[in-house]
Amino acid sequence: MAVAVVIALLVLGSILFHVLSPWWLTPIASNWGSIDTALIITLYICAVAFVGLNLFLALAILKYRARAGHKAHYEPENARLEKQLTLWTGIGIAGMLAPGLIAWNEYVTVPDDATVIEATGQQWQWGFRFPGRDGVLGTAAIAHMGPDNPFGINPKDPHGRDDVLIETNELHMPIGRPVKMVLRSKDVLHDFYVPQFRAKMDLVPGIVTYFWMTPTRTGTFEILCAELCGVGHHEMRGTVVVEPQAAFDTWMAEQMTFGQVLAQNETARATQLARADATPGIGGR
Amino acid sequence: MATVTHPTLADDLTPLHHPTTWIGKYVWSQDHKVIAIQYSLTAIAIGLVALVLSVLMRLQLGFPDTFAFIQPENYLQYVTMHGMIMVVYLLTALLLGGFGNYLIPLMVGARDMVFPYVNMLSYWVYLLAVLVLVASFFVPGGPTGAGWTLYPPQTILEGTPGNDWGIILMLVSLALFIVGFTMGGLNYVVTVLQARTKGMTLMRMPCAVWGIFVAAIMALLAFPALFVACIMMLLDRLAGTSFFMPALMSMGNNPGYEGGSPILFQHLFWFFGHPEVYIVALPAFGIVSDLISVHARKNLFGYRMMVWAIVIIGALSFFVWAHHMYVSGMNPYFGFFFATSTLIIAVPTAIKVYNWLLTLWRGDIHLRVPMLFAIAFLFTFIHGGLTGLFLGNVSVDVPLSDTFFVVGHFHMVMGVSPIIVIFGAIYHWYPLITGRMYNETLGQIHFWITFIGVYVIYLPMHYLGFLGVPRRYYALGETAFIPQSAHVANQVITIAALVVFAAQAVFFVNMIWSLFRGPRAGHNPWGAASLEWQTPDVPPKHGNWGEKLPVVHRWAYDYSVPGAPRDFIAQNEPHDPALKHHPT
Repeated sequence: MAVAVVIALLVLGSILFHVLSPWWLTPIASNWGSIDTALIITLYICAVAFVGLNLFLALAILKYRARAGHKAHYEPENARLEKQLTLWTGIGIAGMLAPGLIAWNEYVTVPDDATVIEATGQQWQWGFRFPGRDGVLGTAAIAHMGPDNPFGINPKDPHGRDDVLIETNELHMPIGRPVKMVLRSKDVLHDFYVPQFRAKMDLVPGIVTYFWMTPTRTGTFEILCAELCGVGHHEMRGTVVVEPQAAFDTWMAEQMTFGQVLAQNETARATQLARADATPGIGGR
Repeated sequence: MATVTHPTLADDLTPLHHPTTWIGKYVWSQDHKVIAIQYSLTAIAIGLVALVLSVLMRLQLGFPDTFAFIQPENYLQYVTMHGMIMVVYLLTALLLGGFGNYLIPLMVGARDMVFPYVNMLSYWVYLLAVLVLVASFFVPGGPTGAGWTLYPPQTILEGTPGNDWGIILMLVSLALFIVGFTMGGLNYVVTVLQARTKGMTLMRMPCAVWGIFVAAIMALLAFPALFVACIMMLLDRLAGTSFFMPALMSMGNNPGYEGGSPILFQHLFWFFGHPEVYIVALPAFGIVSDLISVHARKNLFGYRMMVWAIVIIGALSFFVWAHHMYVSGMNPYFGFFFATSTLIIAVPTAIKVYNWLLTLWRGDIHLRVPMLFAIAFLFTFIHGGLTGLFLGNVSVDVPLSDTFFVVGHFHMVMGVSPIIVIFGAIYHWYPLITGRMYNETLGQIHFWITFIGVYVIYLPMHYLGFLGVPRRYYALGETAFIPQSAHVANQVITIAALVVFAAQAVFFVNMIWSLFRGPRAGHNPWGAASLEWQTPDVPPKHGNWGEKLPVVHRWAYDYSVPGAPRDFIAQNEPHDPALKHHPT
C-alpha cells in the first residue's frame, strides 16, 4: 500500500524536480541545436514511458494488493496485447532514433568551407595550431617533438612553416564560421569539451580525430577535458574566445608562425653562442 | 519403432559420496550450496570495500578541500577500484557464482553441478583473484587509478596512480578471475543442458535459471576479449610491446612505444564490457520475474516471450558495444549502426518490463520484503533503462558522454537495479538457505531507506549531467558554467549516500541475528511452485533430493489455477485432469 503511494510520489517528485531544477543544458553557443532537439524529443518520449509505466505499477499495487477473499486472476499470456505493446514500443524508439541519426549525419558531415583549427592535448594542458596562409597544417610526429618544437611539426614540410602556434591555453575563433576541430594528443587520451558547444571528441595519441561546429554566440567559454587523463585531469582547462571577425583578425596577427618561432630560436641560439664566444673563459683559451 | 534409451544424469545411477570431515563439508566443499555461500560471502566482503570507497569519493565530491587524506591520486584510485570491484568482483561473482551455484541444481532438479570438483576450484581461483586485487592496496604506489575502463595509454604511464605495481596486480587479478569464472560458467551451462531432472524441459525452467544460463553463455563468450586485452596490456607494460601504445611523449620523455592502437583496447574492453552489463542484468531479470510471480500469486505473464526476450537480449548485446565509444575517435560512421542496434535492444527489454507489470495486474500482491525490493527494481530499472536511450541515441550522447548523466544512468541501471534484486533475492531465499525467517521490521527499514535514498542520490546526477558537469573530476574547482547550487546538490547527494551506507548495517544485523534467533521458516513459507522449495529437507542437504530425484509435470508458474485446492501447484505435483494447465 505505502509502496504504491511512494511510487506515485516519486513520479510526481521527478516531474517537479525536472520543472524546478536549476540545472539544465547551458545556453547553446554553436550550431548544434539539432543535438538539443534530439535530446528533448528523447526526453519527452522517455518521460511519457516513465510516468505511464510507473503510475500503472502504482495502480496495480493499489488495486491488487492481497486482501482477505481476494484471489489472483489466471492468464498465462495474451499474444495480441504483447504484439500491440511491441508495436508501440517500436514506434516510440523510432521516434527518438530518427532525430538522433539525422543530427549524427550532420555531425559527421564536415562542410567543405570549414576552417581547420588543431587542438593538441598533453598532460595537463591545451595547445592550438592554425594552418596559416596556405590553409594546410604541416605534418607532425612525435619524433619531431622537442623543446624547440613542442607541436612536433615536421621542419622539412613547407606547409608547416606558416602554421600559427598558440602555446597558451587560450583559443580564439571567429563567430559564424564553420570550424573543423582537428584533434591530436601527445601522450594519453583527452577530450575537447566545451559544454556550450555541445560537441565533443576524444584526442587519441597516434591518430588524428575531428569534429566540426559553428560558433554562434560571442563570449568566453571554458574548455574542459572530458576523458580521464591522469591525476591532473580536473585541472586541464583552457579557454575559447568567440569574437567578431575583426577582433579575431587582430588577435591572429599577434600570434607567431612556426617559421617565426624557428627563426627566433635560431637567433637566440646564435646570440647565445656569440655571447659564449665573447665571454672570456676561465684560464683563457 | 523401437527406441533405444541411454542412461542420463536424470536416471540418478551414480551413488553420491557425502563428505565425512568438517573441512570437506565447509572448506574444500564440492557441494554447490556451500560453494554458493562461499562465493556470496567473498563477493559481499569485497563489495563492502567498494562501498566504503564510494563513500570516500562522495565525501570528496560533496566536501572538497576538507579531507586532507584524499588527494587526486587517491580519488582516482577509489573511482577505479570501486567500479571494477562492483561490476566484476561483486555483481558478476554474486549473481553467477552465488545465485547461479545455489539455484541452478535446485531449480532444475539436479543433485549438484555436473563437475563438482571444478566448481570448487572455480571458487578458490576466484578467491585468489580477490586476494591479488586486495594486495594492490598494499603495494608501493597503491592500486591503479586509471578508471575502471583501464584505457591505455595512461593506464601504464607516469601521471597515473598505481602505474608501477597496482596495474600489474589488477591485470593479473582479472586474468585469474576469468580463469575461475570459466570453470564455474562451463559448469552452469552444462548442468542446465545435461542435468535437468525428468520432465524439466527447457521451457519449464524458471526464469531465474534462464537468466543465469544465458548470462553464463554470454560470459564465456565475452570474458575472453577482456582476458586477451589484459594479457596484451601486461605485455605492453612489462615486455615493451606496443599493442595499445602509439608513439608518444610522456612527461617530456619518449618511452619508446610505437604503432599501437589505444582504440583497439577500447573495442576489446567494450566487446566484453557491454555484454557484461547484461551478464549482470539477465540473472537479475530472471530472479525478479520469479519473485514477482511468487509474491503476486500469479503466473508470470507471457513466460515464453520472457524467455525469448532473455535470449534475444543476450544475442543482441554482442552487437552494441561501440555505443560506449561514440566520441572515442573511432570511425564516426559506426555511430549509425551502433545507435540503431542499441535502440533495437530496448524493444525486448521493454517487453520484459510490460510483462512484469502485467504479472502484477490482477494479481494477489503480498507486499513482503522480497516483493518490495522487486517493485523497487521495476522503478529503478524503468528509470535507468530509459536514460540509456539518451546515451544510446548517438548524437544525444555527444553532450552527455563523460558527464554525471552517465554516472547517474549506469548506477541506476546496473548498480542499483541488480543490487536491489540481490537484496530481494537474499530475503526471498533466506528461509531456504538458513531454514530461518528474517526479521520483517528490520527488512522494511532496510528497504525504505535504501529505495528512497538511492533515488535522492542518483536523480540529481542526471541533471548535473544535463548541465555538463564532467565525471571523474577530483574537484570541480572554479568553473563558470557550474553554479553554486550544483555544489549544494553534491553535498545533498553525499549526505544521502552516507545515510544509505549506514542503513546497510540494518541488513547485516538482520541477516546475522536471524541466523541464530529467527523463527523456524518451515517448508516452503511463500507457497512457491518452483522446485527448489520442494526439497525433503530445509535447508536442503548434500545431494538435495534424498532418495529419489523429483519428477516435473508442469511449468514453474502454476499460481491461482482455477479450481485448484491451493493457490499454487508445485512443479513436481502430477497433473490433475480436472484442472486447466499451461501447455508447456
